[in-house]
Amino acid sequence: MTDTALAPTRLALVGNPNSGKTALFNALTGSRQKVANYAGVTVERKEGVLTSPSGRVIQVIDLPGTYSLRARSPDEAVTRDAVLGRLAGETPPDVIVCVADATNLRLVLRLALELKQVGRPFVLALNMFDIAQRQGLRIDLEGLSREIGAPIVTTVATRKRGIEELVARAEALADTMPVGENVWHEPSAAEIRHAHAEAQRILKAHVRPPERPDTWTSRIDSVLLHPVGGLLILSAVMFIMFQAVFAWATPVADLIEAGFTWLGGAVATVTPEGLLRSLLVDGLIAGVGSVLVFLPQILTVFFFILLLEDSGYMARAAFLMDRIMGAAGLHGRAFIPLLSSHACAIPGVMAARVIDQKHDRLTTILIAPLMTCSARIPVYTLIIGALIPRTTVWGFLNLQGLVMFGLYAAGILSGLVVATVIRTAFWRSASEPFMMELPTYRWPDPENVARNLMQRGMIFINRAGRIILPLMVLVWVLSTFPYPPQGATGPAIDYSFAGMIGHFIQPLLAPIGFNWQMSIALVPGMAAREVAVAALGTVYAVGNVDGAGQATLASILHTQWSLATGLSFLAWYVFAPQCVATLGVVKRETNGWLWPAVMFGYMFTLAYLASLATYWSAVALGWG
Amino acid sequence: MTLGVTMSEPAILDTLAPPATEAEIINVGLLSAARIGARGVIARVSAFEGALPAAELERRLLELGFVEGATVEVLEEGLFGRDPIAVRLDDMRVAIRRREAAAIQIRFDPKGDA
Ligand SMILES: Nc1nc2c(ncn2[C@@H]2O[C@H](COP(=O)(O)OP(=O)(O)OP(=O)(O)O)[C@@H](O)[C@H]2O)c(=O)[nH]1
Ligand SMILES: [Mg+2]
Repeated sequence: MTDTALAPTRLALVGNPNSGKTALFNALTGSRQKVANYAGVTVERKEGVLTSPSGRVIQVIDLPGTYSLRARSPDEAVTRDAVLGRLAGETPPDVIVCVADATNLRLVLRLALELKQVGRPFVLALNMFDIAQRQGLRIDLEGLSREIGAPIVTTVATRKRGIEELVARAEALADTMPVGENVWHEPSAAEIRHAHAEAQRILKAHVRPPERPDTWTSRIDSVLLHPVGGLLILSAVMFIMFQAVFAWATPVADLIEAGFTWLGGAVATVTPEGLLRSLLVDGLIAGVGSVLVFLPQILTVFFFILLLEDSGYMARAAFLMDRIMGAAGLHGRAFIPLLSSHACAIPGVMAARVIDQKHDRLTTILIAPLMTCSARIPVYTLIIGALIPRTTVWGFLNLQGLVMFGLYAAGILSGLVVATVIRTAFWRSASEPFMMELPTYRWPDPENVARNLMQRGMIFINRAGRIILPLMVLVWVLSTFPYPPQGATGPAIDYSFAGMIGHFIQPLLAPIGFNWQMSIALVPGMAAREVAVAALGTVYAVGNVDGAGQATLASILHTQWSLATGLSFLAWYVFAPQCVATLGVVKRETNGWLWPAVMFGYMFTLAYLASLATYWSAVALGWG
Repeated sequence: MTLGVTMSEPAILDTLAPPATEAEIINVGLLSAARIGARGVIARVSAFEGALPAAELERRLLELGFVEGATVEVLEEGLFGRDPIAVRLDDMRVAIRRREAAAIQIRFDPKGDA
């Protein structure tokens, strides 16, 4: 080929779900895409580049896993279109790398036979070869290679083994192998059966069953999937996860908070009294600091979710929840995006791509933001810490942790209720079949977990820098200027723009018990939930006449808010659609503004109604 | 496909290809009715109209590996209505609802069904 120097050689990774395509992609390109032990982790195409030892530039494309090129769900359509080169301005890949889980070859062999029809040169990567060897699986590589008409490379993606050979083989194929004609068409049932028979024959001839098959998975499943015990364990896991946010993370968060208070005090002593000091201490340290304090809590949630995803438990949770989700018209698989949404709704909304039926997918997308994402943690933790006493109930439960759990439960339950309403009122279609592979359990890879946690932490800190910091400067400006007129009696902030805006909106929010500081905090809080906490931090710090930066935000709220107001604010945050990024992703995933608009409307309505009910119930109980 | 009938819970023993022996008749049944521990070989996959067109469901089952000749064993059952079920399907584990499992006929292994 003469144009290799100009156009990079394109490699596409195709294979069954959970066979290690993304792990291989990361090993090939040095990327850090998400790898986890369940089917349907990757839902978009990702590209990366590597330079081979011979100096050739190779573009690698990671794709969602599939059992067939006959796409049934949006993620599988991505794979089909990439393999067939159906996207505008794109040709099919030069070489297809068919990635196989060496311990489970039957389905991928059938897929390989289908890929062969595409006419592109392909190489079979027998991944997870470490596990195959441990199990004593005997594979006649030469015979297998002859039968499928493609070279075979054994790889261990997570340990970067076999990568060079894979690249070398792919290069050789790109150089020598002529591109055949694409004769692929959607296989009929009879053709699928025929291909299965062929795959089975090849398997019988060249693969001997493992001498030491894995027995742990069955043993663990008999506990974790026990009809009653399994559900209890799932509840316990979630309970511990949400309790841990308080019990484990708060001490560390307190340390960080003390650090920021100290920093504010230190900066205050070295800067001259005046605007600069106010900007640094009240605007930046009090505002941004009040959010960064929650890093430990957020990492705790991510840590749990990573463990669940990496061990193989996610698919079990989906199994256990299937009938419960079924009551809301969804199936168990929808539970995985919802559980992921507890970290952040954005990957949750994207993960709904694995759901084939359009209405089920839309329903899942619409309720994903009701799950308690990590951006709500600062709000919840702040209000709970300020207004709920730190007492112990029933001897071992922390009341604050219990309220936190209640808020998480409220998110999940309201999600199920909303789904039920959507399904009964609008889309009464029969629910789609629930069929899902249950992966083999694996120890979570500490390196993978640590790397992901680092990544999440950096994203959070970055957000604080890029979104919260500039917004806080703005909030500070609004709450500082204009100065109060001569002879004014009230606090200066009452005369500022922020004071004016807050007092202007407040009548709307008075029925739900919000004061004007909360009203003003909601405005920048529309960008992202945790910004509201930062804004409260700044507004109260600027408004605090005696000793700004001395008292923590929680202690200020403790004296200034009634319990009813605090509870109302919590109820608001269970529902309010305050995240521009989520609305943006929903627009992208649903191709239009209709669904983000619906989401925005219904969540706001629910937020207002929930706060109204909460506030007046609390007032009636004497907590006003 | 010889089965164009629309039904929700098909009891279609009579439409099977004639089994070789009397004993086999007793041992053929639907995966949807199987209990934990039941194991056998898939005798036939023939889907019915439901949420999906029959032909589509059939292809999906086939692509996931539910194909004639594959071995299955029921490993776990859910709590509500013993649904869904987790089955071993050759070398892999799959979760499936009983409703879809009704499309799969099994020739049960008598020993496994004790
Ligand atoms: N022991 C071992 N584990 C591996 C290997 N390759 C991948 N894994 C693990 O297998 C699981 C799945 O890996 P992924 O790379 O996410 O699989 P995928 O094919 O991209 O999955 P989807 O995106 O869902 O289609 C993860 O838990 C990996 O850590 C390997 O070679 N050896
Ligand atoms: Mg992947």
